[in-house]
Amino acid sequence: MHPRLAVSGLRKVYEGSGRRVEAVRDLTFTVEAGELVCLVGPSGCGKTTLLKCMAGLLAPTSGEVLLEGRRVTGPPPDMAFVFQEYGRSLFPWMRVGENVELPLKQKGLARARRRELVADALRSVGLEDALSAYPWQLSGGMQQRVAIARALAYEPRVLLMDEPFAAVDAQTRADLEDLVRGLWRERGITILFVTHDIDEAVYLGERVLVLSASPTVVQEQLKVDLPAERDQLHTRVAPRFAELRTHVYEQIQAAKRGTPVDRLTKSDAPEPH
Amino acid sequence: MTGTSLRRAGAGAWRRVLLRLLFTLALPAVLVTAWWVASDGSTNVYWPPLRTILKAFPDVWTGERLRTDVRPSVLRLLGGYATAAVVGVALGTVIGSYRRVRAVCEPVLEFLRAVPPPVLVPVIMLFAGIGDTMKVVVIASGCVWPVLLNTVEGVRAVDPVMAETARSYGISGPARLRGVVLPSASPQIFAGLRQALSIGIILMVISEMFAASNGLGFTIVQFQRGFAIADMWTGILVLGLLGFVLSVLFQVVERRVLGWYHGLRASTRRSP
Repeated sequence: MHPRLAVSGLRKVYEGSGRRVEAVRDLTFTVEAGELVCLVGPSGCGKTTLLKCMAGLLAPTSGEVLLEGRRVTGPPPDMAFVFQEYGRSLFPWMRVGENVELPLKQKGLARARRRELVADALRSVGLEDALSAYPWQLSGGMQQRVAIARALAYEPRVLLMDEPFAAVDAQTRADLEDLVRGLWRERGITILFVTHDIDEAVYLGERVLVLSASPTVVQEQLKVDLPAERDQLHTRVAPRFAELRTHVYEQIQAAKRGTPVDRLTKSDAPEPH
Repeated sequence: MTGTSLRRAGAGAWRRVLLRLLFTLALPAVLVTAWWVASDGSTNVYWPPLRTILKAFPDVWTGERLRTDVRPSVLRLLGGYATAAVVGVALGTVIGSYRRVRAVCEPVLEFLRAVPPPVLVPVIMLFAGIGDTMKVVVIASGCVWPVLLNTVEGVRAVDPVMAETARSYGISGPARLRGVVLPSASPQIFAGLRQALSIGIILMVISEMFAASNGLGFTIVQFQRGFAIADMWTGILVLGLLGFVLSVLFQVVERRVLGWYHGLRASTRRSP
């Protein structure tokens, strides 16, 4: 049995104008079916690069990403991606319903089935009334809900989320976190959630992967043994939550200290390894 | 929002509309009055009083004349303009989408764009004759550049996050073109189409002045040669009105097609 997602020896080096930037050095980890895993790391540690490699949007320099044992070479049809920049990820010339429906048309689904999926997805994120609004008529949090609905309607087996709540205000963010946990429990999708917010990672995840500073490796894997039923009020003040977040915080501080500050190496310099 | 503030907003909207109307009409009214007053006592043959011109207007622009002269002009303009729009958007999309094609085409485009289109009239006459084809070709060859160049820029400027979103959902080929690339480029394409419209009117008149047996440009030149100066001035008024009507029509279409764009811009202005 293959794990749902397997990343092995992933390395990504950006090259350009005599400079090489090693964004991701050597990442290996797996995500089992139905897991909710949070990736957390210091800012600029190549989280987005990693996620885009997993989504088939970027080709890794070496190593590979396997989705149920099959190598990812382009965007796979059973994977959906939620971007941080919701304002630029939704198409402003389409109404909310059309935005959610567009990928389904491309999948070749029949009209009735598309309608059904769109309505169901919008209901799941609490936006059934926004079907014929334009995205720019909605608040930031609602726009990100639309982007999540679009991903849900696509019926992916894996949902990749790239710091989806980094640009919304704190209260909206708490609501959206609960929404994601609720959807995960309801639908059993495998979710990989990237964030730079330690509290968010611990609150949401069943497992937290702590990444080092760039060039990135996995610093630590941590099982979150909080009860499955979580809520903003009680979970966040639970002693175990505090222990876990302190632990992750220390790991990230160590990650920042433990790696060389100079991330840029000249192309003529010997390869760091 | 309470009822009172809603009503106040409604009253505010009405006031804005009235003010806008006032601003729009104020300058034309001043100019027409100035023309009227300044030309009133004129005895200069080439500069007849506006009163004389307006009196001549209904006699000159009869239904018959609209049919024989205005209609062919407008049809030529629309033919040339539509050709330019289709060719410009199609070529511009191809050139904008592929870096290689762009590298090859760019120098040539810059050269061709720099050639003033009226210069092409005698050249185009050589192979397209002096019929309607020549006029349509002249209009199209002048209108195509702003459309083409703006489309190239618009297609190139597709937001990278939108492009990645489309890719991650497997949206490619015609669906990507119709659903993502062209709508995203449409504000720029419309800017090009708007420039092309005024170029088209100029070329319509010029091509008819060179060689034609009917049309607005032809008629105006005929009046001038026959020393029917007041009639000539009415022709110029008709041209101005035609340009105005076309630009209003253009705006109506643009408001419809780019409604989302104006809404988006208004919403980002409200909350930067």
